Amino acid sequence: MTKATIDRDKLRDIYTRTMRVARADEKFRSLLMTGKLAVIYYTVRGQELVSAAAMAALEPSDYLVTTYRGQHDQIAKGVPLNPLFAEIAGKVGGTCRGKGGSMHITHPETGVMVTTGVVGSGLPIANGLALASQNRGDGKVTMVCFGDGATNIGAFHEAMNMAQLWKLPVIFLCQNNRYGEHTAFADHTKVDSIVTRAKAYGMAGVHVDGNDAIAMYNTTKAAVDRARAGEGPTLVEAMCYRMLGHFFGADFSYMPKEHLAEMAAEDPLPRLRQLMLDHQFTEAELDAIVADLDAQMDAAAEFAANSPLPGPEEIRKDVFEEEIAA
Amino acid sequence: MSAQITMTQAINRAIDEAMAEDEGVILLGEDVAAKQGGGVFKISAGLTEKYGEHRVRATPISEQAIVGACVGAALAGFRPIAEIMLMNFVTVAMDQIVNHAAKLRFMSGGQTNVPLVIRTTTGVGVGFGGQHSDMLEAWFAHVAGLKIVTPSNAADAQGLMRAAIACNDPVIFIENILCYGLKSDDPGPGHFVPLGKAAIAREGSDCSIVTYGRTVLDALEIAGKLADEGISVEVIDLRTIAPYDEATVTASVEKTGRAVVLHEAVKQYGTGAEIASRLNEKLFGKLKAPVTRIGGAFSAVPMANALEQAWIPNKDAIADAVRTAVNWKG
Ligand SMILES: Cc1ncc(C[n+]2csc(CCOP(=O)(O)OP(=O)(O)O)c2C)c(N)n1
Repeated sequence: MTKATIDRDKLRDIYTRTMRVARADEKFRSLLMTGKLAVIYYTVRGQELVSAAAMAALEPSDYLVTTYRGQHDQIAKGVPLNPLFAEIAGKVGGTCRGKGGSMHITHPETGVMVTTGVVGSGLPIANGLALASQNRGDGKVTMVCFGDGATNIGAFHEAMNMAQLWKLPVIFLCQNNRYGEHTAFADHTKVDSIVTRAKAYGMAGVHVDGNDAIAMYNTTKAAVDRARAGEGPTLVEAMCYRMLGHFFGADFSYMPKEHLAEMAAEDPLPRLRQLMLDHQFTEAELDAIVADLDAQMDAAAEFAANSPLPGPEEIRKDVFEEEIAA
Repeated sequence: MSAQITMTQAINRAIDEAMAEDEGVILLGEDVAAKQGGGVFKISAGLTEKYGEHRVRATPISEQAIVGACVGAALAGFRPIAEIMLMNFVTVAMDQIVNHAAKLRFMSGGQTNVPLVIRTTTGVGVGFGGQHSDMLEAWFAHVAGLKIVTPSNAADAQGLMRAAIACNDPVIFIENILCYGLKSDDPGPGHFVPLGKAAIAREGSDCSIVTYGRTVLDALEIAGKLADEGISVEVIDLRTIAPYDEATVTASVEKTGRAVVLHEAVKQYGTGAEIASRLNEKLFGKLKAPVTRIGGAFSAVPMANALEQAWIPNKDAIADAVRTAVNWKG
């Protein structure tokens, strides 16, 4: 068997995306811990690499639909940090003028079309974006991210069937972090893996270690290539692990200690660093990337802190195209 | 006699015109394509032949996926039309309509919008029973971000559909099964009726009946009868239920001093409550009688014709409500 390979530039790209996600998450947790920010925050600790490698397989113009726990997806897709930080802080300089918040990030310039707080509801919408691309022939691919818990909602099944029926250029990326809020995978789903469900819809399905950068990238890239070639959708089940509670600060004593320890050994961050070193990147190079990112995080946090709060007049705007009466 | 057009033909023509003008207008729904007969009520007959199956897509029975796909396509700049076969089945797609279509413009701070039309049909009087007859406009009227339209005649149906497709916000377009066969003078091609503008369907001076959809026909009939009794009724056809033309309604009721708000949907918590309340706020002291409401009974729509007829707002009761208002002594 030949060893999986990857282009060095792509590897650097994945590393940079992963660390941008990781440093942003770290920054948010520290802002929350020190009381500089008081918002609901769904940490992506443990899932950084999944989206970094997946988004590295997309073009900037491709569409993304994600969920409340989607900050890793958004950052990896390229949403600029300043407005992203400001949006999560509810400031007017945010991507959505503070009217969306972390659960509803939209940033069309980087292809982030919808972030939804309703579990599983992004899949039907992703189909529509993909349908638009199919009719237009614009060659764009749509990726939609969701958790393992989302695969038990009706919208998942309706969307899978429709996507395969119409051979839509869409990729269903299930980030299986083993929990839906407090409920462990085995307590909410009777099949061993989500990917078996692809078969039920006649759809291509692949199971991948989401903490393995090369496998994750190559798997996603193959799905993207298929979709772009008009060969239809793929369900990708990327195994990963939510290393903290459902949202930041939430109790997670229901997660067995032994399992947490076992999963800590799979932590994508040290694993990726080792992979980089194995590929002859130097410690200094890697540290320099992170140092540069940290400067960007500080700047983004400052931008958010200094951005004004939206005024009450914002409530009348964007309900409809025309402003509504007070 | 001038040429006539039915409501079915009028809606079909409006969609046809919009599809001819803009590649982004697409139609999704159960059975809508030619192979499946052009829709249960034949609204999309002939469109597949002209525009192809990629633009007129017969879907699986998947209401969430239908509306969701339309939301996504709309976000990408299309102007999709979703056909939800009967209004009761919007219940299955509520998440996509209420949480997504209605709110994405706002939640994105105006970066995206959802120019989507959800066509649906309903109506009491055809014996469909409890799960195929509801008027659910009040549910949607309660959600910021949705426009709700219903025509009472064929010409308006054509013009309102053109305007709904051109609208940059999501529109729920409610068609009453019993109105499909109604004929109007043919308004000709390119007919638009602006959203948000009510029509004064009949002028009068003693009492206003504020209504929309099929009950406009009842109101006009009653107005004719009451004229023989010397009571002059003004009939306002809202056409757009939300946001409704408050200026026209207020002006009419200010003139007549009396109002009955009439709709087929159940009276309890209906849109009539909203309109009556607003009239009270605006015209307290100028009203010659309390504003009253007439609506459907507070039960599921019964199947048996005798019961169904008892459920629906009764013409005598509507006429009595007007007489009571006109004779109000305070
Ligand atoms: C339709 C719906 N039901 C319930 C919830 C409450 N809820 C929020 S997150 C969550 C768990 C979802 O788990 P999963 O899809 O695996 O995503 P993860 O949080 O693990 O990323 C639930 C039940 C919701 N947001 N939407």
